[in-house]
Amino acid sequence: MELRIEGVSHDYGETQVLREISFSVAPGEIICIIGPSGCGKSTLLRFIGGLERPDRGQVLIAGEPPADSLNPLTYIFQDFALLPWRTVAGNVSLVLEDHGIRGAQSRAIIDDVLARTKLSEFASAWPRQLSGGMKQRVAIARALAVRPAVMLMDEPLSALDSQTRELLLDDLIDLWKRERFSAAYVTHNLAEAVRLGHRIMVLSRRPGRIREMVAIDIPLDERPERVLELEQIQRRLWEAMRDEARAADRELSDAG
Amino acid sequence: MPAESRDTTLGKESWREVPLQKSTRHGASAGKGGLRPVPFRGGGFTHRPLSLISPLVFISLIGLWELGSQTGFISPIALPAPSAAFGAFVDLVRTGTLWRHLEASLFRLIVGWTLGTAIGVAVGLAIALFSVMRAGLSPVVSALFPIPKIALLPLFIVWFGIGEGSKVATILFGAFFPTVIATYGGVDNVDRNLIRMGQSFGLSWLSIVRKIIIPGAMPAILSGFRISASIAIVLLVAAEMIGAQFGIGAYILMAGSLFAIEQLIAGVAMLSILGLTISWLIGRAERFFLTWRT
Repeated sequence: MELRIEGVSHDYGETQVLREISFSVAPGEIICIIGPSGCGKSTLLRFIGGLERPDRGQVLIAGEPPADSLNPLTYIFQDFALLPWRTVAGNVSLVLEDHGIRGAQSRAIIDDVLARTKLSEFASAWPRQLSGGMKQRVAIARALAVRPAVMLMDEPLSALDSQTRELLLDDLIDLWKRERFSAAYVTHNLAEAVRLGHRIMVLSRRPGRIREMVAIDIPLDERPERVLELEQIQRRLWEAMRDEARAADRELSDAG
Repeated sequence: MPAESRDTTLGKESWREVPLQKSTRHGASAGKGGLRPVPFRGGGFTHRPLSLISPLVFISLIGLWELGSQTGFISPIALPAPSAAFGAFVDLVRTGTLWRHLEASLFRLIVGWTLGTAIGVAVGLAIALFSVMRAGLSPVVSALFPIPKIALLPLFIVWFGIGEGSKVATILFGAFFPTVIATYGGVDNVDRNLIRMGQSFGLSWLSIVRKIIIPGAMPAILSGFRISASIAIVLLVAAEMIGAQFGIGAYILMAGSLFAIEQLIAGVAMLSILGLTISWLIGRAERFFLTWRT
């Protein structure tokens, strides 16, 4: 299954948010979307997953999603979005219940995804008892439970401290090696982007346009050894972004 | 930066171990007036659970009151001794009239409050979930909420009869409005991100309402129950004072008109105990429904 975004433009009232965004996400490909704050990264992600409609342009799906995929386009949110009144297992169960998966079948899936995210012993814990990193793991387990074709990740590591971020980044890379999901990964952290992205899309400040699309040819598991090359790419990205970021920082905000 | 944390080959010589002891000794000799602890400025502004205090306050208040009455400092015409009020209460139990009053009051309270809050939660949800309902009903609720329901009792008597109907209706309406407002306020405050999460996983509308919106609004609904229960007790007594043969309100009114002050105090104490019991029950319900909070 491939995602194609064609000529997406959007305004919130007077505020121009996105202009003429076109790109595609190939199967098994991670696209990182970076850009100065307020450039419409998260809005774009909401369009991709069908949570909002763009004023112009369209988001298309090419090909059939895998037959066993319950929810082909699945989000991971920055604030985790766990239900505080459900346990870890209950939060995963939530997204299965509507597909009529209950009882033993549901328990098997929950056990499996919790094991894959190293959460097995926390199945009956409440979200409030977990650290930020653990909460995001639960959210990842919940996403895995519906076997997504494309993961839509909205700054999934931004609410975490830098050490936890490192750990979870490694976990995400391991996960990708096993599952080969495709993903649109919104972040403002360039280091995350060069570690995880097959391609990196740099947006300009509002109204967001694609400024650059940088492909990184280094395979994900070789990247830890090739830090210097990554650092060069990261520096180049930052050069491209710096002036935009500075200008965006000085703008008055009146739209999310 | 993650890239650097992985780098073990570079910059190995640029750092070395620094002996820890030296720096502390240096710090100690620097202070002119020798070593002294940093003055503590934190603490306070929090509550410690002191479970013995509240029964102690009650017992000593009643004890002082009894002492005042026994010594004649408090005139029995102004305020009867607690023991006299307790005697009146024992009389009530012995003659069996307690149960008739209590039964009548509890029936009105339970039926009125249960119906009022049930309809209130339903209407509150409707206002919160449907724009048409919000536009149509919320001004009506705002207009009717501030009316003291007891003022409508004569009207209720015409509509629902002089018997139980009018009293139950008064309590029902009294409990209804605060519940409506608490419910839709609670729904409005449910985290929008959780709803968006539900939509992003393809949950049905009904599932989102049942599994995300209602549990999210539950804390507000339960605190609405506390308010509506107190209002219900106030209205119960008021309605029974206006026209009832039995009931705690009727008992208090009768005691007052006969100037049997010890019976009056016994009746008021019963109301207080009733209020405490209801508040305890709601506390239990909160603990049951809101285990997920701290």
